[in-house]
Amino acid sequence: MPREERCRILIVGAGPAGIAAACAAAETVDSVVVLDDNPAAGGQIWRGEENRWTARLRVCGARVSNQTRVIAMLDGGRVLAERDGEPLVFRYEKLIIATGARELFLPFPGWTLPGVTGVGGLQALVHGGLAIAGRRVVVAGSGPLLLAVAAHLRERGANILAIAEQASFRSLLRFGAQLWRTPAKIAQALELQWTLRGVLHLKEAWPIAAHGDGSLREVTLRTRAGARRFACDYLACGFGLVPNVELAALAGCELRDGFVGVDGWQQTTARDVLCAGEPTGIGGVDRSVVEGRIAGYVAAGRREKAERLFGERRRLHGFSAALARCFALREELRHLADDDTIVCRCEDVKLKSAFEHEGARAARLHGRCGMGACQGRICGPALRFMLGWAESSGRARPPLFPATMNTLAAVGEEESAHV
Amino acid sequence: MGDEITVTVNGTAVRVAVGTMAAAAVMSVGAVCRRSVMGETRAPLCGMGVCFECRATVDGVEHVRTCQVLCRQGMVITTDAA
Repeated sequence: MPREERCRILIVGAGPAGIAAACAAAETVDSVVVLDDNPAAGGQIWRGEENRWTARLRVCGARVSNQTRVIAMLDGGRVLAERDGEPLVFRYEKLIIATGARELFLPFPGWTLPGVTGVGGLQALVHGGLAIAGRRVVVAGSGPLLLAVAAHLRERGANILAIAEQASFRSLLRFGAQLWRTPAKIAQALELQWTLRGVLHLKEAWPIAAHGDGSLREVTLRTRAGARRFACDYLACGFGLVPNVELAALAGCELRDGFVGVDGWQQTTARDVLCAGEPTGIGGVDRSVVEGRIAGYVAAGRREKAERLFGERRRLHGFSAALARCFALREELRHLADDDTIVCRCEDVKLKSAFEHEGARAARLHGRCGMGACQGRICGPALRFMLGWAESSGRARPPLFPATMNTLAAVGEEESAHV
Repeated sequence: MGDEITVTVNGTAVRVAVGTMAAAAVMSVGAVCRRSVMGETRAPLCGMGVCFECRATVDGVEHVRTCQVLCRQGMVITTDAA
């Protein structure tokens, strides 16, 4: 068994929630460890950028272990992780899960072509050094991320041909109208509109096909004026966010409507396990930060400090509710894939073969749908939306990510020791 | 960005800025990452280490998620779909 590192508070995820939790906890507790999968802290939104929170994280006293992936929960309040192919074990008194969210991808003909990416996906790749200047990009799907990413890519010199939002103009107006509660977001929205001036912004529009031979050449959007075809280099497409609840489920936390259930102190139903940010509800960076701070204070035994943040959290939960209401996905999106569209990209399972099975479990066992490397993280939420299949994230199993034999052997030793 | 390093993608030397992800280096030469079970070419989708479409061989290690790995001087990246 690998050597064990002990800490008072272990945080999984160094996005806004995890960073805020670490900073809050480290005010009181001197052994705080943060595990994060990425090369640098900041999560998907900050990605290693220097800001108030990432700067605080560096000086707060918490230890951050980058490129460290959590593989399994071990008994006795321990977590098995992996870094550079080597197993690591952390023993905690309190665990804070801040695993964030991923994008919802919906299958449509051609969505597996190289050049079709997520919205946050393309943003991440550009952050990671992909040159986008002069490239023709269509941004499609749903949610405030579309505008934020389109604006960012345009600033980097991309030629944004169109933004296609599936929600209606009326929904967007309603969303805009409730922003008065969060004035900072109004300023952000106006700035985005300015950056995106002159860009075609379609509402009630979505991709129905991507075309190309070996890579993307064109995309067809369904618009209110009929189908429109755009020749482009990239289609950045995402239909909102899906919470990463796999670790929480593995830790025994109860899920409610697909999110991790927490009480007012951000405590889950599992003993000594707290949760903050997107796994508890999709609400953006501000909500994640305030929940992270609350979780950090509670884990450190400073409830009086946590309590002072309840008002702010309540206000931001209101923003979450508006987000869910205004960007609710329309019925038509459930039927974008045809029989021959691949739904499970890891195992190349087509929609017609997924249909042959009753529900996610049968499709997995008999059709290998969701059995590939991503472990159903991409097709699971898509099929849940398209077919109403109850998915399995509530029954996550270790290893949470593909792991080396070295790491798996560590779990094996553990289990044989209990026989 | 300033400093540059050299990596090799499918035998081609590529100059990239320090801080570039291996996935971006692959895409910058127009390469794709892997071939699917049915032989389709695939390239990065999620950009955050979840979808596994960006897998390639990095310095001899197979199935590395290139969107989660920073380029290092002399790194050798080989994709399935070369």
